[in-house]
Amino acid sequence: SQDSKMASVVPLKEKKLLEVKLGELPSWILMRDFTPSGIAGAFQRGYYRYYNKYVNVKKGSIAGLSMVLAAYVFLNYCRSYKELKHERLRKYH
Amino acid sequence: MNENLFASFITPMMFGLPLVTLIVLFPSLLFPTSNRLVNNRLISLQQWMLQLVSKQMMSIHNTKGQTWALMLMSLILFIGSTNLLGLLPHSFTPTTQLSMNLGMAIPLWAGAVITGFRNKTTASLAHFLPQGTPTPLIPMLVIIETISLFIQPVALAVRLTANITAGHLLIHLIGGATLALMSINTTTALITFIILILLTVLEFAVAMIQAYVFTLLVSLYLHDNT
Repeated sequence: SQDSKMASVVPLKEKKLLEVKLGELPSWILMRDFTPSGIAGAFQRGYYRYYNKYVNVKKGSIAGLSMVLAAYVFLNYCRSYKELKHERLRKYH
Repeated sequence: MNENLFASFITPMMFGLPLVTLIVLFPSLLFPTSNRLVNNRLISLQQWMLQLVSKQMMSIHNTKGQTWALMLMSLILFIGSTNLLGLLPHSFTPTTQLSMNLGMAIPLWAGAVITGFRNKTTASLAHFLPQGTPTPLIPMLVIIETISLFIQPVALAVRLTANITAGHLLIHLIGGATLALMSINTTTALITFIILILLTVLEFAVAMIQAYVFTLLVSLYLHDNT
C-alpha cells in the first residue's frame, strides 16, 4: 500500500495541462521552461504534433495543407486589421 | 483610396520587430524533408515536381554548370512559392520589394559572370563582340554589349518586381471597382467580377511563370559562362 500511495502523487512539473487543477495553474505556468531552447522545443513539439497527425500519414488529404494556409491568412488579417478597419462599409469611421 | 492601394506593399513590422523575416521564412514550412524512400503524399508530390523541373532545366548544362543545380532549384521553389502565397488574401509578398529581388539577382548574375571570367577568360571577353561585325563599328558595339551585360541583373530584378506588383495592384483596383459598382449597376458589376476571376487565374500563371523565367535566365547566364 505504501507503493501505491507513492505512485499516485505526480509532481506538478510533469503534469499535462488538462490534468492541472485550476488552483495550481499559476505555479504550473511559472514552472514551464522559458529558456530559448525551451521555447524552441515547444515550437518543435507543436510542429511535429501537427505534421504527424495531418501530413505525415499514408493518405494525407488537402486539409493538412489548407489548415496551415487558412491560419496564415487569418494571422495576416490580424496583422493588417489596423489599416483594414478604415475600409468597412460604415457611414462614420 | 490611394493610400489603401499601396498599404499592402509596406514592409510588415510589429512593435518595431521585423515580422517580414517570419513571412519570408514561412514557405520553407510547406516543404518538409524526409529520409524515407516512400514518403507521404505532400513530399512525394513535391519530389516528383522537383525532379521534373530539375531534369528539364539542368539538362543543357555541362558538369561544371550542373553544380549549380541545388541553387537553381531552391531559387525556383522559393520564388514560385512566395509568389503563390502572395495571392492569398491579406498576405504580404516579399517579391514585390525591389530590394529583395536585387538581392537575389545581383549575386547570382555576378557569380555566373565571374565564374566565366575566371575559367574561360578569352571566351567571356569574346562575348562583348558578336561575330562578323564590320571593323568601324567595333568600339560602339563593345560599349553596347557592355551595357547590355550590366543591365542583366537590373532587368531580372525589375522584371520580377514589376510583374508581381502590377498583378497585385490590378486585383486591388478591379476588386474595388466591382464593389463600388454593385450598388450602381449590377450587370456591370457582374462583368467586372468575371474580369476579376480571369485576372486571378492569370495571376496564378504569372506567379509560376515569373519564377521559371527568373531561374531560366540565371541558368542561361550560367550556361554562357561555364
